[in-house]
Amino acid sequence: MMASKITEQEVKHVAELAKLEFPQAELEQFTTQLGSIIDMFEEIANEDTDGVEPMTNATDRVNAMREDKAVKASPEETAALLKNAPDAADGYIRVPVIIDESEDGE
Amino acid sequence: MNFQTTIGLEVHVELKTNSKIYSPSPVEYGDQPNANTNVIDWGYPGVLPTLNKGVVRDGIMAGLALHAQIARRMHFDRKNYFYPDNPKAYQITQSATPIAHDGWIEIEVDGKKKKIGIAEMHIEEDAGKNTHTSKYSYVDLNRQGTPLIEIVSKPDIASPEEAVAYLEALRQRIQFTGISDVKMEEGSMRVDTNISIRPIGADKFGTKTEMKNINSFNYVRKALAFEEKRHQNVLLSGGHIAQETRRYDEPTGTTISMRSKEGADDYRYFPEPDLPPVEVSEDWIKEIEGEMPVMPGERRKHYVDDLGLSDYDAMVLTQTKEMSDFFEEAIKDGGDPKRVANYLMNDVNSYLNDQHVDLQDTKLTPANLAGMVKLIDDGTISSKMAKKVFKGILNGEEPQAYAKEHGLVQLSDPAQLQPIVDDVLANNQQSVDDYKNGKDRAVGYLMGQIMKQTHGKANPKIVTQLLMKSLQAM
Repeated sequence: MMASKITEQEVKHVAELAKLEFPQAELEQFTTQLGSIIDMFEEIANEDTDGVEPMTNATDRVNAMREDKAVKASPEETAALLKNAPDAADGYIRVPVIIDESEDGE
Repeated sequence: MNFQTTIGLEVHVELKTNSKIYSPSPVEYGDQPNANTNVIDWGYPGVLPTLNKGVVRDGIMAGLALHAQIARRMHFDRKNYFYPDNPKAYQITQSATPIAHDGWIEIEVDGKKKKIGIAEMHIEEDAGKNTHTSKYSYVDLNRQGTPLIEIVSKPDIASPEEAVAYLEALRQRIQFTGISDVKMEEGSMRVDTNISIRPIGADKFGTKTEMKNINSFNYVRKALAFEEKRHQNVLLSGGHIAQETRRYDEPTGTTISMRSKEGADDYRYFPEPDLPPVEVSEDWIKEIEGEMPVMPGERRKHYVDDLGLSDYDAMVLTQTKEMSDFFEEAIKDGGDPKRVANYLMNDVNSYLNDQHVDLQDTKLTPANLAGMVKLIDDGTISSKMAKKVFKGILNGEEPQAYAKEHGLVQLSDPAQLQPIVDDVLANNQQSVDDYKNGKDRAVGYLMGQIMKQTHGKANPKIVTQLLMKSLQAM
């Protein structure tokens, strides 16, 4: 058996980032499984990638941009969007109260 | 021990494009909550973003305005975090390949000029807006996807005063490109600060503290000055600075710890798979360069060197591109530069402040302001009459027609004025005698009488000439 590629601590950290919580038994199981997945990816490391540019996109397309034209949703469309929210009030999506320690999307 | 201060600033600027950065929803404020959203903004399963070409164009424009190198090839990156105003649970931003890098702007503090470096600039999306009550939080996604440019300075800023000078210069340059309103009070310009201090001569930076979203230049100055002093006091008393995010508390003028940054944020950036890369051609950069308006610094130089305005006048007139363009138009329409400048800086600015409107939202036109100034200069209206005509041109009236219609025309014709002068002199023998006995004050009284006779419409300059001539001939 190969040395584990990922520690239980790391799995726990990743789970926390994803806001997930697992019982101890599952943590151990995932650590083993994630380790095998990483092993599988390690095979790529055997390829010679000298002089190959890192790929950031799976297609060959570049400059797929649209012109700056606005399209406003109809009131019906907006209503349909809100209908899919678990809870809504006065046109807002209503969520459990949060402390505004906003990460503010920067 | 003496310390030196290092400040770095991150500025977010909201672009005023028609549509959002990754979806065609309108960029509009003041609408019903969630009215300007679609499935892409909400992060519905299976939707794909498409990049708004206008945002890339504006990003290049901003880069050029800040003397930065424009990336010839760039891609986008995902920054992962959970928050209710961020429905995808990630922000599409740029990390590895910023749209522009290595720029600079010049600032001046206490007469000393200094270049502040710009490390890099990113184009990215804004998040939605949360409103909180004690029971619930409410999410409005209208702002979600609004295009932003993030401008990251190099740690070249050495004092709170330099920080504010940098922000002012940055605001002006961006404002002149026309890509953003850059208004702190409306959130279209937001400032995050980083500050650290170290003993003078030390090679290693001290531990820095961060403050986010300070909402006026004045508060930026106060918050940084407070932090600078706090760092000094902590270090001098043998303590150490914790790396953390703090908040400026306006009522007390102090900063308060918000959260510790001990564990570095883990945003798990990776290349955004849903957006193909962008290549920027030399031709496109040239084209955008050709659309670049003249920047405020060059305009100020022109106003001072060629038009004879003071440094202060030039500074006030270049606060916004709209004001500066208006001034230049009015000059082209024949207005005297100094007089036009005075009107804009005083009467017009105080009107804008009173009404809380921008120049471009008023009915005042450069041609009408120039027209009124010409009427003053050629003596058609007095400066007192000009106050009334000014009210007219604020409502879009043509000054000459307005003045005529309201009887605001000075009597300047000597043939009309001389009989009135003669009449007043004949009826005020006492004052004439006083004048001859060396009492110059009598002239003022006689002037007053003539103005009264003409209901204030006599041109004082002409009246003075006629009166003095008549008195001396007596």
